[in-house]
Order: sequence, then structure tokens, then C-alpha cells
Amino acid sequence: MNRTSVSILAVAGLMATVAAPAMAGDTITVASWGGTYQEAQTKAFFTPTADALGITIKQDTTNGLDDVRLQVTGNAVKWDITELGADECARGSKEGLFEKLDYGIIDKSGINPKLVHDDWVGISYTSVVLIYRTDVFGDKGPKTWADFWNVEKFPGRRALSSSQATETLSVAALASGLPIDKVYPVDIDGALKSVDKIRGHVDAWWTSGAQAMQLVKDGEVDMASIWNGRAGTLKKEGAPVSFSFDQGVLTADCMVIPKGAKNKEAAMKALAMFVSPQLQANLPLYVDNGPVNEKAFETGKIPPERIKDINSAPENVKKQVLQDAEFWRDTLVEATEKFNNLIQQ
Amino acid sequence: MSAPSTLLNETAGGAGRDLNAQALRADARRESLRLLALLAPSLFLVFAIIIVPIGWLFWLSLYDENGALSASNYGRFFEQASYIKTFITTFKVAFIVTGACVLLGYPLAYMLSQLPRRAASICLIFVILPFWTSVLVRTYAWLVILQRKGLINSWLIDLGVISQPLSLANNLSGVVIGMTHILLPFLVLPLYASMKTIDTDCLRAGMNLGAGPVATFRQIFFPLSLPGLASGVVIVFVLCLGFFVTPALMGGGKVIMWAMRMEQTTSLYSNWGAGAALGVVLLVVTLALLGLFQWLLGARATGVWSSR
Repeated sequence: MNRTSVSILAVAGLMATVAAPAMAGDTITVASWGGTYQEAQTKAFFTPTADALGITIKQDTTNGLDDVRLQVTGNAVKWDITELGADECARGSKEGLFEKLDYGIIDKSGINPKLVHDDWVGISYTSVVLIYRTDVFGDKGPKTWADFWNVEKFPGRRALSSSQATETLSVAALASGLPIDKVYPVDIDGALKSVDKIRGHVDAWWTSGAQAMQLVKDGEVDMASIWNGRAGTLKKEGAPVSFSFDQGVLTADCMVIPKGAKNKEAAMKALAMFVSPQLQANLPLYVDNGPVNEKAFETGKIPPERIKDINSAPENVKKQVLQDAEFWRDTLVEATEKFNNLIQQ
Repeated sequence: MSAPSTLLNETAGGAGRDLNAQALRADARRESLRLLALLAPSLFLVFAIIIVPIGWLFWLSLYDENGALSASNYGRFFEQASYIKTFITTFKVAFIVTGACVLLGYPLAYMLSQLPRRAASICLIFVILPFWTSVLVRTYAWLVILQRKGLINSWLIDLGVISQPLSLANNLSGVVIGMTHILLPFLVLPLYASMKTIDTDCLRAGMNLGAGPVATFRQIFFPLSLPGLASGVVIVFVLCLGFFVTPALMGGGKVIMWAMRMEQTTSLYSNWGAGAALGVVLLVVTLALLGLFQWLLGARATGVWSSR
């Protein structure tokens, strides 16, 4: 890949000096999380973008911010665009790991301003939702996080996330009775007190989406916090489960151009395409992660009966709390260490 | 001294002896240089892929996130209670698993060593076969067997032995069962090898002198099998300290071991030093333990990986 990309770079550089914006023939590398999510992104974003711009989009998978930091600090940037969690984008931005984005090329209208920054932009949404097994509770299962915390009224086995401390703390704040617009800024000590109340009743702390899914699917727990994509898959597979977006925690994913990316200009154009309403509207056709651009819902591409099941549909957004990436950028380490101390007591 | 050399000494005098010694020394030097040259590629490899990265790891662990020299990465282990807790859990699991492996593995190795060769090699295949299967696959298999609606619980409930499912997975017992299964071959194989080398004539001699089967085993066979047992124990214990997959999947987030903590810390902190410090601690503790075992049990125990 090196020799070709060097020559492409040379050609691109040459073209840039004569102020020619044409990018045809360029190759960019985009990294995402792999699995069904990246397959959906390929159909929704990557292939249409490659066709429209006449470029080649190569793909890779990432483990997150560590990978970007390794590449940027090691002067070996492989990727032109990579996906991250919004809190990782906020942290990486503080560390100066990303290139500035050009909002003359990228149209930010329709994207929540909290997810539009100098060097990162939102790309899709995941929700943390409460799932319960209907073979245990019928349709009278826990509907709110306060119900989940209520061990007398809803006896049963419980699972929460330990790897995503920030999400569990948001959920804990909701459980303590805060309305959804008062959760942020999170009172970390208050949320920890709330976690302290439930931790003795938590039968498993999950560390991956697959694990959360397995715990619920096999009946190892009767209720859990889970990502909506995993919950949707369980339902599609016919597992006896129920969930809704009420009191969900919306977490965004974002995309960045790592500092020193070799094909920055082509990457900028591709990123502009990825967040455009037309391509954003493709995403929920293939996967449960909602589009970040709310104009996607106005394109008419998404069937009306599908819209109610999409976490970022305007109706559903109202019921949920948006994780504040910048809040966690500054508090993540302290909050996570305190959280670990508490649940390992 | 033999006659010819005396003759040589007489004819050539002291100078001849010196010349001879010099020539021998030079020859020895050439010989060792040649050996060094032969060793150089592998020494370089060891240096480049082991010593340098470990040194680098240690170096990284001394820097905080602002790139300044500091001990904060190590201080954290004492400030945050969960690190000490993790450390204790790691050792607790390692002790329990090693104990379980000895209890299960010793009788197994003994049986294998007493079986006729053909039967023993068939049985050994059953020990080695799981050894070749992915740890991840075996761990998930245990999850299927042990969880609340898994095989064991449904059988026991159907048989009326229990009314409520036992908590076998997603806690310490799940971790211990899974890790014991995975690490058992590491104990059985060296132990079996050492038991096979025990001279049966010694056992017969003991019997001949009037020792019963129990006394023969206790006074002759068992002591002779100890070096093999010791090397198995060391390998299992050290592997336990760095285990990741099984506790992560079987522990239900309640059994956090050191390696899991490394992964967490590396992604939580913006500087590599935070994770590197955990690695340094594990390395130092492991080396110290190996040293301790060597001191307690003699070189033969830890010398499994040297020639035998």
C-alpha cells in the first residue's frame, strides 16, 4: 500500500499546487468498529461515497483512541478517517491528535451542535436502554431506571456495564430520580451513591456488547442495561425481551481525520458525504444505530414505520439523555477510578 | 606429569611452558570468540525483541501524561483501592487454581504413568486435545455448561437435587473451573514426564525390603516425583498471574485480574505509562516468584525450560 499511496500523494500534491480539487483515483482508508455495524456503514456510506467521488475507500478496523494515538505519536498514520466514541473524540481533540475539519466542505446543518467541533463530528447514535425478559415479568417489567433499582418490586437478576462507567453513571443518575434534562452535568458523587445502592444486587457487570447480549439471551439475568443495537438483535432473534427508548442514554459516535493523514483532502470530501442527510438516511436501513443528521428523517428514504424504532428519530430523542462528551473528557479518569473502587469493594 | 612433558620442560625450559600456555589461551579465546559469533544472531534477537521492549516498557512507566518524569503511575496503585484489590484477587485465583490443578493433575499423571504405553498414549491424547483448542472456545463452552440455565443446573433441577439453580458462572467459581481446565495440561505434562523417568527398580527394592504399597508410594515414588510437580506448579502459577480471557468471560465482571486491569487502564489513561506500570509490576512479581521457587525448590524445579 505504501508505494501506491506515496505516488497517489505525490499526484495529489501536484494537483493541489495547481489548485485542482479533483480527487478521482484517490484511495483513502477508513477505520471503524467492524462487524455488522461496519458492514452497514459500507452499504450506507462507503460504497455510495466511493462511487460519487470516484475514489477507492479501503477499510480497516479500530480498537479506539489508543490506535489513533499510537499511529499519530508514532508518525505512522494508516488511516484517513476513523470512527471513535464521542468521549474519545473529545479526549483525542484535547491531546491534539486530529486534523481540523473544514466546515466549508462539510455541511453541519442538521447535526446536534454538541457533536460538531473543530476537529471531530458526530456520525451515528447508540442508545443505552433498559431491557427485561418478558418470560419473567410479562409486560409488567421495569420501565424506568428507578424500577431497575427497586429490588423489592422487581426481584430478579441484574446486569449493568462496568466497562462503560460513564454510561452506568448516567443511568444511575436517572435512577436517583433526576429528570432527563437535569442529568448533565452529572453529579458524580451522587451517581456513585446511586450505584452503591444497586451494586450488591448486580449479578454480572458486562464489559462488551456481546456479553450483555449473551447474559440476557441465556437468561443469566432478567434485566440489564444494553446497547439498543444488541437489544434489537435479541428481539429479532425471537428472544422473550422488551425494551424502549424511555430514559435511554444516547451516546454518539464520531469521525475524525487523524493528524498527519495522507489523503486529507479526499478524506474531508468523503466525510462530508458520510454526514450528508442522503447517506445518513441509509444507515438505519441496515442497522439499529441512528443517523446523526436529523435531516435524514426528512429525505423520505426511511419508511415511516421504521422511524419509530430509530433511536435518533426526533420523537425518541426527546425521551433520552445525550451523553455529554466534553463533560466526560474532563472527568472520565477520576469518575472511572472511583467507579472501579466502588464496584470492586 | 608424564615423562614426555618432563622431557619437554627440560629441553625448552620455562619459556616453552609459557609459550604452550599462551597458545592454549589464544586457542581458548578464539574458540570463545567463534562461539560468540555463532551466538550473536540469536543474542541480538533476544536483545531486540525481549530486552529492548521490556526496557522501553519500564522507561514509559516512569512518565506521567504531561511527559514529565514521575512515580505517579506507581503511586496510583496505592491511591486507588481497586488496584490493591485486583492484585489480591489475582493471587487468590492463582493459588486456588494451582491447588485445584495439583489435586486433579497428580492422580491423573500418576494413572497415566502406570498405564501400559499404548493405553497411556491414548489417554494423553485426551489431555492434549483440549490443549489445542482455542481458549476462547473452551471458555464459552464452560459458560454453556455452568450458567443458570446451563447443562449442570438443568440436570440437577430435573433430577430434583436442587430447586434453585447454583451460581456457577459469572463469579469466582466459574473463573476457577474454567482456568483449572485450561491450565491442567501444563501441570500434567511435566509431571507425567518426570514420573515416567522414575526407576521402577527403586519401587521394587522398597517392596522387597518390606514396605507396603502406601509406604512405597509415600517414601519413594512421591519424593521422586516432586521435581516434576514443582515445575508444573511453577508454570501453572505463573500463567495464572497473567490470565485474561477466562476471568473476563467467566467472572461476570466480579473477578478482576491484573491483566484485565492492564487493558482497562491502558484505554482509560492518555499516557502509555499508566498501563506500562501495571506490566512492570506483573513482570517484577513474576520474576521474584520464580526466584523464590528456585531458592525454595532448587534449580531443577524452575529449570524445566532448560535442557533436561
